[in-house]
Amino acid sequence: MIHSLFLINAAGDIFLEKHWKSVVSRSVCDYFFEAQERASEAENVPPVIPTPHHYLLSVYRHKIFFVAVIQSEVPPLFVIEFLHRVVDTFQDYFGVCSEVMIKDNVVVVYEVLEEMLDNGFPLATESNILKELIKPPTILRTVVNTITGSTNVGDQLPTGQLSVVPWRRTGVKYTNNEAYFDVIEEIDAIIDKSGSTITAEIQGVIDACVKLTGMPDLTLSFMNPRLLDDVSFHPCVRFKRWESERILSFIPPDGNFRLLSYHVSAQNLVAIPVYVKHNISFRDSSSLGRFEITVGPKQTMGKTVEGVIVTSQMPKGVLNMTLTPSQGTHVFDPVTKLLSWDVGKINPQKLPSLKGSMSLQAGSSKPDENPTINLQFKIQQLAISGLKVNRLDMYGEKYKPFKGIKYMTKAGKFQVRT
Amino acid sequence: MLSLPPVQKLLRQLPAGPAKPPVGGDTAEEVTSPVLATEAGQPACYSALQVDELRLLAGPKPAVATSTGPSLRHDDLKEMLDSNKDSLKLEAMKRIVAMIARGKNASDLFPAVVKNVACKNIEVKKLVYVYLVRYAEEQQDLALLSISTFQRGLKDPNQLIRASALRVLSSIRVPIIVPIMMLAIKEAASDMSPYVRKTAAHAIPKLYSLDSDQKDQLIEVIEKLLADKTTLVAGSVVMAFEEVCPERIDLIHKNYRKLCNLLIDVEEWGQVVIINMLTRYARTQFLSPNQNESLLEESAEKAFYGSEEEDTKEPKAEAASLAKRKPYVMDPDHRLLLRNTKPLLQSRNAAVVMAVAQLYFHLAPKAEVGVIAKALVRLLRSHSEVQYVVLQNVATMSIKRRGMFEPYLKSFYIRSTDPTQIKILKLEVLTNLANETNISTILREFQTYIRSMDKDFVAATIQAIGRCATNIGKVRDTCLNGLVQLLSNRDELVVAESVVVIKKLLQMQPAQHSEIIKHMAKLTDNIQVPMARASILWLIGEYCEHVPKIAPDVLRKMAKSFTNEEDIVKLQVINLAAKLYLTNSKQSKLLTQYVLNLAKYDQNYDIRDRARFIRQLIVPTEKSGALNKYAKKLFLAQKPAPILESSFKDRDHFQLGSLSHLLNAKAVGYQELPDWPDEAPDPSVRNVEVPEWTKCTSREKRKEKAEKPFYSDSDGESGPTESADSAVPHAEPESVSEESGSSSSSSSSSGSEEEEEEEEEGSGEQSEDKEEEEKRPKRKDKEGSRKAAMGSAGRYPLGKRGAPAEPLPALITPPPPQPIPSSSIISTSLVTDLEGLTLTDTSLTPALLSPAFGAVRTYELLHRMAGEGLSVEYCFSRRPFPGDPHMVAVHIQISNNTDAEVKSLRVSEPKLLSGMRIQEFPEIERLAPGDTANVVMGIDFCDSTQAANFQLCTHTRHFYVSIQPPVGELMAPVFMSENEFKKEQGKLTGMSEITEKLTLPEKCRSDHAIVQQVTSAANVGRVPCGADNEYRFAAKTMTSGSLVLITLEQREGAVAQLTVNSEKMVIGTMLVKDIIQALAQ
Repeated sequence: MIHSLFLINAAGDIFLEKHWKSVVSRSVCDYFFEAQERASEAENVPPVIPTPHHYLLSVYRHKIFFVAVIQSEVPPLFVIEFLHRVVDTFQDYFGVCSEVMIKDNVVVVYEVLEEMLDNGFPLATESNILKELIKPPTILRTVVNTITGSTNVGDQLPTGQLSVVPWRRTGVKYTNNEAYFDVIEEIDAIIDKSGSTITAEIQGVIDACVKLTGMPDLTLSFMNPRLLDDVSFHPCVRFKRWESERILSFIPPDGNFRLLSYHVSAQNLVAIPVYVKHNISFRDSSSLGRFEITVGPKQTMGKTVEGVIVTSQMPKGVLNMTLTPSQGTHVFDPVTKLLSWDVGKINPQKLPSLKGSMSLQAGSSKPDENPTINLQFKIQQLAISGLKVNRLDMYGEKYKPFKGIKYMTKAGKFQVRT
Repeated sequence: MLSLPPVQKLLRQLPAGPAKPPVGGDTAEEVTSPVLATEAGQPACYSALQVDELRLLAGPKPAVATSTGPSLRHDDLKEMLDSNKDSLKLEAMKRIVAMIARGKNASDLFPAVVKNVACKNIEVKKLVYVYLVRYAEEQQDLALLSISTFQRGLKDPNQLIRASALRVLSSIRVPIIVPIMMLAIKEAASDMSPYVRKTAAHAIPKLYSLDSDQKDQLIEVIEKLLADKTTLVAGSVVMAFEEVCPERIDLIHKNYRKLCNLLIDVEEWGQVVIINMLTRYARTQFLSPNQNESLLEESAEKAFYGSEEEDTKEPKAEAASLAKRKPYVMDPDHRLLLRNTKPLLQSRNAAVVMAVAQLYFHLAPKAEVGVIAKALVRLLRSHSEVQYVVLQNVATMSIKRRGMFEPYLKSFYIRSTDPTQIKILKLEVLTNLANETNISTILREFQTYIRSMDKDFVAATIQAIGRCATNIGKVRDTCLNGLVQLLSNRDELVVAESVVVIKKLLQMQPAQHSEIIKHMAKLTDNIQVPMARASILWLIGEYCEHVPKIAPDVLRKMAKSFTNEEDIVKLQVINLAAKLYLTNSKQSKLLTQYVLNLAKYDQNYDIRDRARFIRQLIVPTEKSGALNKYAKKLFLAQKPAPILESSFKDRDHFQLGSLSHLLNAKAVGYQELPDWPDEAPDPSVRNVEVPEWTKCTSREKRKEKAEKPFYSDSDGESGPTESADSAVPHAEPESVSEESGSSSSSSSSSGSEEEEEEEEEGSGEQSEDKEEEEKRPKRKDKEGSRKAAMGSAGRYPLGKRGAPAEPLPALITPPPPQPIPSSSIISTSLVTDLEGLTLTDTSLTPALLSPAFGAVRTYELLHRMAGEGLSVEYCFSRRPFPGDPHMVAVHIQISNNTDAEVKSLRVSEPKLLSGMRIQEFPEIERLAPGDTANVVMGIDFCDSTQAANFQLCTHTRHFYVSIQPPVGELMAPVFMSENEFKKEQGKLTGMSEITEKLTLPEKCRSDHAIVQQVTSAANVGRVPCGADNEYRFAAKTMTSGSLVLITLEQREGAVAQLTVNSEKMVIGTMLVKDIIQALAQ
């Protein structure tokens, strides 16, 4: 299936290559570079590039292209999903997935890649199993290793692969047993010029951090499970229980994992917690334009909106902007034409606003499009869909774990057209 | 030492590699390694290997030593690798691997690295493996040196080491080891551990890519592994199947239902492969579920409205039509597949969701396809690469099944932050979804898009508007007006694109739009985009009658700039000139001449050709041919309006979700999705040989299976899908504890079950014991009678089921002698009590049964001559030895042929192997001359056929004697149902299965004879069996209680196949031999 993997940085250097079958020359990447040149931006490089003898499938994350070389028919999503899994694993191992990190830990990276695929077919992709095989580097361990000469490679064999719960490593022990669940909802919305909602939906996830000894069996129930329109589970969740009782029953992996992601459809009216008042105008004759934005809270259920960041891609004709914010800081990059305004918290008494003028290219006619405003925000302790966890129970182990649930609402792809 | 060339150094160090003295002489061991030696036919290969090795080792100066440049550079690394310190080696290996990762050549270090293959440090070892796999292909000879390490690993008791040895061995791409790999794969394919079998499945494609001549043999292995019932193996073996022999769809039949049922528990990557394969399978085996939908609707309607009269009127016609097209009933197996894949739409893995989606799209009835839409829309939230692939597939689906995605229209709305390629795909989907009801919303949305900064996207939007306009007549004018407004857009690209689209739209109804044409004619002054200019020129030429005044003027302008135009524009100028010449020759004759003259000397030969051709055609000369008359018809013929259609139309002849579909071109190795067959192939091919199971494949049963939860499936589930690793989660700690020591954790679930059974039995026996203890004083008196009662009355009826024809007397051949005759009433009642106790057990667990029949053979323990007149014979009575269930009861008959009394006969000084135990018979105080005594002793043989040696003492003499049990006597029959038998057999495949073919002699072909022979050879109980040419027997070994399952399948004629499944391989092998011998007699 997957023949080889090349990691390419933004400058077009291949800084890592790994082959699972016979070696494919790195010159195959020339086709990729060609496609990269043709595409104006990195994200526009087609994920699938056919070449005379191979097919190049790539994903672009953290400013790195992960290019897989395949030779024959294989479902493209299979490869793409796997590449993303590789990136996730690196992130899990090193905290960040950057070129520097990968170069620094090249041996661990290589060992991990070796375990993830056998002859191009995925072998161990569960991070719990991988971590048992190859310990992630930590500062402490690096120090210890240099002194004692011990290694990152676990002495254990991949016992996890033999287990009936392959996602959980065995022999887990903690002194403090804790299980935290974060219910995070993201609002995807498109708001039109007049402020009415064109489309809005809620995408939610429940991320868990479970540190429990032994082999706990958890059940999580909701007050209002019918809200969830479409769900996808971590493989640990027993599907049948959900189908029949709408209860999440599972033996969790150890550590951080995504238990569930769900979707609350547009049919249920989605509350939009913020509004944006905007007045952006270009005048035909003058080389100046007016710019004014005000952000305010709408349906926030009494919570404060924080972490508000407004970004907008200005038209090419805009040379510079002279703006004064009532709070927060703003930056305009004259090269990329990207305006970014870090608002912070919204105080309902004193709405934050950003006012000023734009200087346009002299002589050129006014841009015929208005910029779109992208919004980011956070609301703590609120799940905007109204989803509530009812209770969490543990079976199979005797101790009493500490349980915690946190709710948060964030902006997903939240756009305001002007 | 240091001055030695590397390879000689290697020679010295290699054998010492493992460093421990016992392993020191490994090279010698290798020669006799079972992999090579026992499986005959391979020594040739091995010797070849050896020769290679020798040649290499003898060679004084290999290339590495002479190539000074790079070797100098890596001298420090070599030194580090040669050092004794693991930390130095590790450091060196890390640097080497970093070199490999950067793509630097490190091949000259091969000899230095490869000798560390047996290093004890795991990380060094792993890195050496990484290196080895990378460079083995380039350094084949040297790579061979490492093979022996892996061969040793293949026989390690730890399954994980076996697996990793196989993994690396099979990754070494050296053709010369193909036979070794083949052997290793074959062996691993019948390994006890499912993990090793999984690795074997992974190794199959590796070997196949190395040497495709092995295909036939590999298919055999695949066939075997396909029958594997564990989820661990399923995904990997189907992958191997897809790579090696995707055309052998017949291999799937028997495994189809199993795969469907296992699917949900298979790991996610395996799921994708299995689902894709099953899609193809289903297309060949089932009928299209949509074939007579219309008929169904029709008949339903008739039933609803139809009055009785009508019915009577045309019953014949109806019957005829029904007979002709009998209503479609979905094959239950087809339904099974659909039902079992549906939950996987909830997978977190996009590839799995896509695989299920394509399965539903290709296989499900129209009404059910809708379920996949929601899941696919969910994937649109994922990474942009995932979106890209999903949208391509949605685009194809939305053409065929528009209704499916209509509710999700808004999910395809475009955000300014989407990458352009995603925007364009979303646009495609939106266009496909447009219909009369939603077109106004979509057009409003399109209007926003047109103002986007992304010009490629704007151009695509304009195209999309054009398509909407052609597809939906209602909005054509609105669209056209909108597009015309765009003609005054400041961006040239937008205008050009609009022109092209307008041209296409105008072709549909030119007469009404001369204004637009005029407007466009004016644009020629400004627009520079060639395609747009060409389009305008074509429009004016085509409809020059509608704009008679403007057309010649446009031609005049174009003639002026002709030489500077692009080729496509030039061609259109020539076209325009020709058309004008034909319709309005007065005004345009000279212009046309001029243009044609210019074109005649153009650089492009297409244009020169065109000019020449047109001149001949339109300008009348003496020579001009017959075509001249038709010139007008040729140029101004009514042209059909272009159809604007999606580039995704008809893409669904590729399997969705495949690479070929994405590229719209057949990729290497793409397996064509077959068309539905007209007639369904025989569905019975999928019936598995378990008749009972197939009998109960009724809906409910299947349903129960289909809905089994993720992994808690083994509670109460007793189908053949039972897998070793599908045990309840609580079994986990057990397997954990086992993995450290033994390698048999694979059978943990079955093991634990059996233990339970054993315990129950044990407790039963214990209670028996207790009671016996109470009665101990009387025991001697009772023993004989009890035995008799047990044999005849107690258990016989149960055993009788097996062979009703068996003569009763055979059972009690050694007539229970009663040295001290007594048969008290209490004892018999006790016996019946005890029997009752054991009998109730049978309903719960497979209980031990007393032997049913079988002529008991007697063996000589002491010959009359050797025993100086004392002759002793023994036989295995096949009854439970009272007091110890692990002991084999041995009946001993002692005859005193002397003329003196023999006194105090007893057993003494038993010499036993460890673990074996003897329960001596009570001392016989005296045996009168000519008299015979019968006693019973119990021996625990520890499930081995080793003889029990002891002395038989009289008051005068000691005789050394030994009892060696035939293997068949080391077990006790077990009663089990056919289902249980199948289930247990399923757990005992691979290494635990021994199969042998045999020919049955004439007299031994009847049921009766076979059963008799088998049961005489071994103490087994018959298991009922649905098939009449198959015989099944089951037993448990006495000591460990391991199951021994015997299957004798009678093929046509005298050929038969004997299969013995048992954890105890030695017993299995010997048993096969014994039974074959018994049957051959």
